[in-house]
Amino acid sequence: MTVTVKTFATSGEAAAALSSDRSARYLGGGTLVMRALNEGDISVSTVVRATDQALARIEVTNLRVTIGAGVTFARILAERDLGFLHAPARSIGGPAVRNMGTVGGNLFAPSPFGDFTVALLALDATIAMQGGLGTRDLPIEEFLQSRDRQNGALVLAISCQRPASADAFRYRKVARIKPKGGSVITLAAHLPVSSGRISGARIALGSMAATQIRARAAERALEGRSLDSSAISAAAAAIAEGTSPTDSALASAWYRREVAGVHLRRLLSGQE
Amino acid sequence: MPKTALQFHHNGREVALFVDGGVNLLVALREIIGDMTPKFGCGQGGCGACSVLIDGELHLSCLTLAETAAGRAVETLDGLKDGPNLHPLQRAFMEHFAAQCGYCTPGMLMAAKALLDRNPTPSRDEVVEAISGNICRCTGYEPIINAVLAAAAGGRARA
Repeated sequence: MTVTVKTFATSGEAAAALSSDRSARYLGGGTLVMRALNEGDISVSTVVRATDQALARIEVTNLRVTIGAGVTFARILAERDLGFLHAPARSIGGPAVRNMGTVGGNLFAPSPFGDFTVALLALDATIAMQGGLGTRDLPIEEFLQSRDRQNGALVLAISCQRPASADAFRYRKVARIKPKGGSVITLAAHLPVSSGRISGARIALGSMAATQIRARAAERALEGRSLDSSAISAAAAAIAEGTSPTDSALASAWYRREVAGVHLRRLLSGQE
Repeated sequence: MPKTALQFHHNGREVALFVDGGVNLLVALREIIGDMTPKFGCGQGGCGACSVLIDGELHLSCLTLAETAAGRAVETLDGLKDGPNLHPLQRAFMEHFAAQCGYCTPGMLMAAKALLDRNPTPSRDEVVEAISGNICRCTGYEPIINAVLAAAAGGRARA
């Protein structure tokens, strides 16, 4: 099937092209859109690209990082200042996929993919988007809830806070094939500590619903407490609340629910 | 629909071709240029059989829009040998029985080359990681890992 490829020098022009054509898809690293074309997805008749270097920019300050939507996982792994994102970046694909796949594209990767987005959800990321009516910033949860309707807008960048310490942010992807495999369940936890108590806990899960979701009951179980064994047990007992995993070749919904608490316990207690 | 003109370096030689919109680099290499060394496996980024180097970086040619290769250097297995002489990685694959059916071998060799170009003295874990995007259903991977380590050791001996 032949599609029309439109390449623009600026993200603004690309966003305008996307918002005016319902059958247009934005091509980032190609791991989602080219796959759709290879599979004969006839819903895509126009592919939009932008060569805008602003999409590949990384900005790091003391408190926040801003990562252009076109930044690849290999580039994140090469940035020392983004060390807290190395574990999620490394958990994606093999080296070729990491050389191609982008942070912006990962936001659109359907379950069981989108592991990096699990980390971004735990870190309360903000998504900068450009639509037909201009640019706006969207909290990541709002973005994920309306993801199916976001194809007409272009993701420009993602920004998130830097965890205060290496301990404050934890990530774990559970896969059956090592070192590379699809996710059975992916967990990320951001647990800021104030005066010895967890304050503002965010726990995010991948492969446990149609999109990445927060485990709010587990967050509540940790809030205001120190990270001791009773708090960890309470969080592990509550982790599957509100989730809706599906059966897939990688794991059944039942199995995913059963093991979620085990893996949260390992993540929070620092076990391998 | 009009075709798009495209030029890039293919194993050191400049090539010019016309591609239809949406054509991937693997199709351009195999069906237009006639380089049959990269293989079509899954078309989804899961198997690594189509792996090539673009400006020295490992990429999956089946997930690369052909026109994004414009002006860049594309290396395939076909460019690895030097005339009649096999590349040290190819010799190591042969000596360590790292190929059975051979379908994954072009992708494995390009993934291994991407590793050794960047890191000539890899550990075993680094070799495993480097070929983790390439699926082999015959060998069980051990002979491939041993071949890459042997090629790296051979490179050190020559240096």
